[in-house]
Amino acid sequence: MSGLRGAASIVGAGTYGLGEAPGQSELEITAGAVKAALDDAGLGTADVDGVFCASMTYNMGSLTLCEYLGIAPKFSDSSMIGGSSNLAHLLTAMMAIATGQCDVALVAYGSNQRSASGRLVSTSRPDPFESPYGPRQPITSYALAASRHMHEYGTTREQLAEVATAARAWAALNPDAFLREPLSVADVLAARPISDPFTVRDCCLVTDGGGAVILTSPERARDLPRPPVPVLGGAMAHWHRAITNMPDLTVTAASESGPRACAMAGVSTSDIDLVEVYDAFTINTVVFLEDLGFCAKGEGGAFVEDGAIAPGGRLVVNTNGGGLSCCHPGMYGIFPLIEAVRQLRGDCGERQQPDPEIALAHGNGGLFSSQVTLILGTDATL
Amino acid sequence: MPADTPAPGPEQAYFDALADGRFMLQHCGACGRSVFYPRAICPHCGADALTWREASGRGTVHATSVVRRRPEQGPPYNVALIDLAEGPRMMSRVETIAPEAVRIGMAVTAVIDRSGDAPVVVFHPAGGGA
Repeated sequence: MSGLRGAASIVGAGTYGLGEAPGQSELEITAGAVKAALDDAGLGTADVDGVFCASMTYNMGSLTLCEYLGIAPKFSDSSMIGGSSNLAHLLTAMMAIATGQCDVALVAYGSNQRSASGRLVSTSRPDPFESPYGPRQPITSYALAASRHMHEYGTTREQLAEVATAARAWAALNPDAFLREPLSVADVLAARPISDPFTVRDCCLVTDGGGAVILTSPERARDLPRPPVPVLGGAMAHWHRAITNMPDLTVTAASESGPRACAMAGVSTSDIDLVEVYDAFTINTVVFLEDLGFCAKGEGGAFVEDGAIAPGGRLVVNTNGGGLSCCHPGMYGIFPLIEAVRQLRGDCGERQQPDPEIALAHGNGGLFSSQVTLILGTDATL
Repeated sequence: MPADTPAPGPEQAYFDALADGRFMLQHCGACGRSVFYPRAICPHCGADALTWREASGRGTVHATSVVRRRPEQGPPYNVALIDLAEGPRMMSRVETIAPEAVRIGMAVTAVIDRSGDAPVVVFHPAGGGA
C-alpha cells in the first residue's frame, strides 16, 4: 500500500467527436470533451486549477489548452510519453492534489487525426538508425514484436485475429464505437496485408475524438453529483523507445507497472472485475494480458481463443471495443481510462458489467515503450 | 571549438566510417560490452570510455516483417531486427532472398548498400546462399 492510494478520485469523464468530426480542429474536439467532463462533474472551467494535456501537434499542450479554455492553472504538465501520457498524467495529478499543488485537475486529450489525415506533421526527428529501412511506423515495430511472440510461443495468426473479433463484438454493444458490423477471424486474415503478420484489421483505427477526466480529493468528490471513482493504484515504467532497443520483444514494462499498481492498490488480478488495455494492435492485448498477470508469459494466444475476451467470455476486456473497433484518435490512452470510469459508475448501457468494483486501465506509448497501469475502484473500495 | 567536444560526435563518426566502407561498433573500455547505436556514454555502465571497433558483420535474424504496399507503391520489402555477434541488435533488412523467406534464427552477413541516398548496413544470408 502507499500513501498515494485513493489520494484523488475521478469525478467527471467525457468524450467528444469520436469517430469522424469533420471541420473540427484538435482544440475544438478537446474543448468539447472538457465541457462534457466538467458538465458530468458539475464543475466549470473556473474550478480547474491543474491542467494536464499531451498533444500530437502542440508540443506545449497544457499551455495551448489553458489559453484556449481561459484557465490560469496553479500546476500544469504537458509530458509526452506517447499513448500512455494521459494515464501518466493521472498519476502526476494525484501527486499534485495530494501535495496541495492543485485542487481540481483536468486531464484532456483530443485529435482530429482522421479528418486532418495528410495534414498532420510528425514532430519527432526520424530515427537515423531505423528510418533508412522503411519500417511503416508504428505498425512494423509491433509486427516485429508479434513475429517474435509467434516464434517463441507458437502464437498463431488466428489467435491474434481473435483479439480483433472480440473487440468488434464489444463494439457492437457500444453506440459510440466507430466500427460495429460483425467481424470474423477469416475476415481479419483476409483483410489488406500491412506489415506481416498484420493485416489492417490487426491495427487500430484512425479516428477523430477527444476525452477528458476531472480529478479532485476524495473528500471534495463526495460533494459532487456523480459516484466518485477513486484511483487506488498507479505506476509507470519504460525500458526503451525504439523497438530495436526493446530488451525482450515479448515482454513489456507493463510486467513492472502492473504489479506495482496492484501493490499500491492492495489488489491482485483476481480482484479485478474488468480490464481496459490499450490495443493499438492485436498483439498488444495478448502481451498485456500476460504482462499484467492475467495469464502466464507465452499463454496469451491460447488465453484469448474461443471468444474468451469477447462478451460473455472468461475475462472482461476492452468493453468499449478498444482502439481496434471503438476509436483511436492518434493516442488512445484516455479512452480505456474513461471506459473503466463509466463501467464503475454503471453508465454503459447494453455493455454494462454487473456491479464492477475494481477496474484496471492500462496505457501503452511509443513502440511497446511507455507503460502506465491504473487501478480504479468504487468509493466502497477506498 | 571547446577542447572537450572534439568533432564529430559518435553519430556522425559512425556515418562517416560507413561512407568510407567500414561498419563500426563501439566497445566500452569500462564494462567490455559492445554498443549500438553509437552513443556518447555507455548505456550498460555509464562510462564515457567508448572506442570504435570494426564489426565482424556476423548476425542472426531476431525478428522479421514484410512491409506490404499497394501495387502502385512498389513491391513488398523486408524489415528485420538483427542480433549482431558482438551483442547489440540493429534494425536492417535481409536482401537477395524473397522478403517473406527471411526466417528468425537465420545466419546473416552484413553488407554496405550504397544504392540509396546514403550508405546503409543491410544483410545477406550467411555463406551467400540465396
